[in-house]
Amino acid sequence: MTTKLAAPGTSGGTTTAGRGKRPRPPFGVSIVSVLAVLIALFALIPLGYVIVMTAATGWDTAVDLIFRARVGELLLNTVLLMLVTVPLCLVLGVGGAWLVERTQLRGHKWWAVLLAAPLAIPAFVNSYAWVSAVPSLEGLWSGVLIATLSYFPLVYIPAAATLSRLDPAIEQSAASLGLGAWRTFFRVVLPQLRIAMTGGALLVSLHLLAEYGAFAMIRFDTFTTAIMVQYQSTFNGTAGNMLASVLVFLCLILLLVEVRSRGSARYAKIGSGAQARALRLPLHAYQLPAQLFLTALTALAFGLPLTFVLRWIIAGGPDIWAADEFLPALLQTLMYGLAGALATTVVAFPMAYLAVRHPSWFSKALELSNYITSSMPGIVVGLAFVTVSIKAAPSLYQTSALLIAAYVLLFLPRALVNLRSGLSQAPKELDEAAQALGKPPLLAFLRVTLRLTAPAAAGGAALVFLAIVNELTATLLLSPNGTRTLATEFWSKSSEIDYAGAAPYALLMILISAPMTYLLFQQSKKAAGQ
Amino acid sequence: MTQYSPSRLPQPRVAASVATSTNNHLEIDAVTKNFGSQAVLMGVNLSVAKGGTTAIVGPSGSGKTTLLRLIAGFEHPDTGSILLNGAKVAGDGVWVPAHKRHVGYVAQDGALFPHLSVGQNISFGLDAGKLPGGHRGVKARVAELLEMVSLDAAMAKRRPHELSGGQQQRVALARALAREPELMLLDEPFSALDAGLRVATRRAVGKVLQDAGVTTILVTHDQGEALSFADQVAVMRGGRLAQIGNPFIVYTRPADRATAEFLGDAVILDAWMEGSLATCSLGGIPVRRPPAQGRVQLMLRPEQIRIAEDGPIRGVVVDTDYFGPETTVRLKLAVPPVLAEGAVADHRYPGGGEIITIRHWNASIARPGTELCLRVVGEAVAFPMEDLPPA
Repeated sequence: MTTKLAAPGTSGGTTTAGRGKRPRPPFGVSIVSVLAVLIALFALIPLGYVIVMTAATGWDTAVDLIFRARVGELLLNTVLLMLVTVPLCLVLGVGGAWLVERTQLRGHKWWAVLLAAPLAIPAFVNSYAWVSAVPSLEGLWSGVLIATLSYFPLVYIPAAATLSRLDPAIEQSAASLGLGAWRTFFRVVLPQLRIAMTGGALLVSLHLLAEYGAFAMIRFDTFTTAIMVQYQSTFNGTAGNMLASVLVFLCLILLLVEVRSRGSARYAKIGSGAQARALRLPLHAYQLPAQLFLTALTALAFGLPLTFVLRWIIAGGPDIWAADEFLPALLQTLMYGLAGALATTVVAFPMAYLAVRHPSWFSKALELSNYITSSMPGIVVGLAFVTVSIKAAPSLYQTSALLIAAYVLLFLPRALVNLRSGLSQAPKELDEAAQALGKPPLLAFLRVTLRLTAPAAAGGAALVFLAIVNELTATLLLSPNGTRTLATEFWSKSSEIDYAGAAPYALLMILISAPMTYLLFQQSKKAAGQ
Repeated sequence: MTQYSPSRLPQPRVAASVATSTNNHLEIDAVTKNFGSQAVLMGVNLSVAKGGTTAIVGPSGSGKTTLLRLIAGFEHPDTGSILLNGAKVAGDGVWVPAHKRHVGYVAQDGALFPHLSVGQNISFGLDAGKLPGGHRGVKARVAELLEMVSLDAAMAKRRPHELSGGQQQRVALARALAREPELMLLDEPFSALDAGLRVATRRAVGKVLQDAGVTTILVTHDQGEALSFADQVAVMRGGRLAQIGNPFIVYTRPADRATAEFLGDAVILDAWMEGSLATCSLGGIPVRRPPAQGRVQLMLRPEQIRIAEDGPIRGVVVDTDYFGPETTVRLKLAVPPVLAEGAVADHRYPGGGEIITIRHWNASIARPGTELCLRVVGEAVAFPMEDLPPA
């Protein structure tokens, strides 16, 4: 804005109300920019922490700590876990999505929801149920089993959403060009799913790197579990920090791989206008195998954990519902969830606003910082916040404010994605129309943009809420003394092998998650293609 | 040599000199605007009379929408000033924000608020406290406005997405009219409508605004729309106003070749100017106020070249395009006798054998290969050779 400034009174003696002494920059943009920069800097704390810690360790010590057998072992475990689990999730997720969206599968409407349902069960609850069912579970293959069953919906949901929005005209064109059903799928449909698949694969990989509870329970060592063990034994040891820096390095590599494999497809848009309904492929003889396959998958991923939680509840009888332990945990979880969801949505707003209304290299840089943050595992965020707060602001250490700040940082991307799509449905022309109708900029913004963004903001807040309810790792590290959330209570009980006592907490987490998972599923259908 | 009486062509070509009139509703004075390093407006002067209708027409990217947004108060001018009713609203350190300018604005797609009903949209800018009868007054006003734009009062309960494009535009107009603005800005409000609806909606909107006595500025890239809607047309190109004048003037007497070609089909021929007579492949054609002597470019509108049995000019039909009511005929002009083989080259006949495009209502007389006799009606416009855009 290179508007001229003028001294007061030089404007020809005009005294009409509303004549500012100088032109204002576009409504609040500079304030929003400053806020967004502060948020981005805040969001880069974990990465900064890891870099500073690694640098402070000194080269020789760092090399000693990183290049040792233990790290090699963890690396092997983690890489193997990813190499097996991610392809399995892709096959299950895309296969399930294709069956549900593109074939004459009987009851496909039910299956569509059921395949997303495992997302309502936190991975560590899934692990707990499987250990209850098969107590001998341990090691890599158990990890693969539980992780696959817990995380394949992360691929299924975007794949199904993309498939349901995919213009059938594309497939019909392929058919008219002489391609059969299989070749159409592999040559036309699958490439369209590239964004959904790479995005889903990234999410699964990041979850695998970040998950603590599920793998700790079956005594499968990954970087995250090893860092937690280090933290519990030495609190702020250099060894733990070096493991964290390797973990962060892995996360960044994953981001890079995902960006590369997305390619230009990221910008592909599906045209507007009404589209024909997709033709569903008849399954004929494959109907029964398909039904059996989906039944087995749902039974293992959703039925089994639910059954074992309920079995423990029945076995535990009324004793496990001790209200003096149970109610505070529920209340605290809800409080943290609500506060965190609200804070995250508010914090995400400036960034979303800049990205949608004032796209530039600046907003892109902010988004990049946010993208990097989104890959930071809870354990790293937790460690960073513990260390930074002890060193810089001891009064904040072990306060609920710090925990909520960690939640904000961990789940900012979820709120951001929703807010962005909401804001893009409230074009600035509407704001301007309101201003031309005599509403001051702030009022116009409140009555039009904010009002139109509200549903999307609420959706994003709900997803953040869901994530906080099921968050374990950062909560374990950062929660104030005496804080009991559903997740931490569940964890402490199941760590003491009080499986019956843990069951009510598991059940509640599932019950709270279920509607949110349904919401996520519904939202993905709308958001695909944007 | 035909001389039109001054009363028939009362306007000067470029109306910059008119800008000093005090009765102007809107005055834009030397306004510039850059977006980053890109200059969008490079010194624009425009005056709009009270109650008048002005169309700002130009190709996309010419800066016309930016100009409208400056008038509305959505953007700040970098330099220059904007006056509404003689009072400065932007420039020289003065800034009146959009909501205090009392200017109506209708956006390209109507920009109806999707979360509000039609009635709520229309009453958005109304203050229930200031209307007689409070909320009942608002309701009555909404019904009145809907009637004004020829929509049924029952529509007030509908949602914007339940309306057709033309209806949405009318609601947007009603919404903007609700506050009784004296100046209405229309930003390509008809371009999203299909052809038939566009004309009908444009007529309806024009009539409503005229009846209400509202000064109107229409931005459009459609020259036909600009010429038919406005009593003043401002042609915008490359961030400048190339010409301002009444529609007849800008169409028949464009200031330069680019304006001529933008406003409609044009036949451009090389010609030799002597006095006020231009000689070209179509013979001698009168030119009013020739800008130069000697070699010039001559512009005629296709409808000025008529097929006439006794016409002095010969041309052979190359091909035709049939459009129903009229046919576009491409003709190769005959080489004038003075240029025929063996003749001495004559500097007064720079052309010969050009292919031109004319229109005719009768498709049957123009078959490829037919030789037609042509006659030129009215005056041509000459442009100096230096006006030539680089090829």
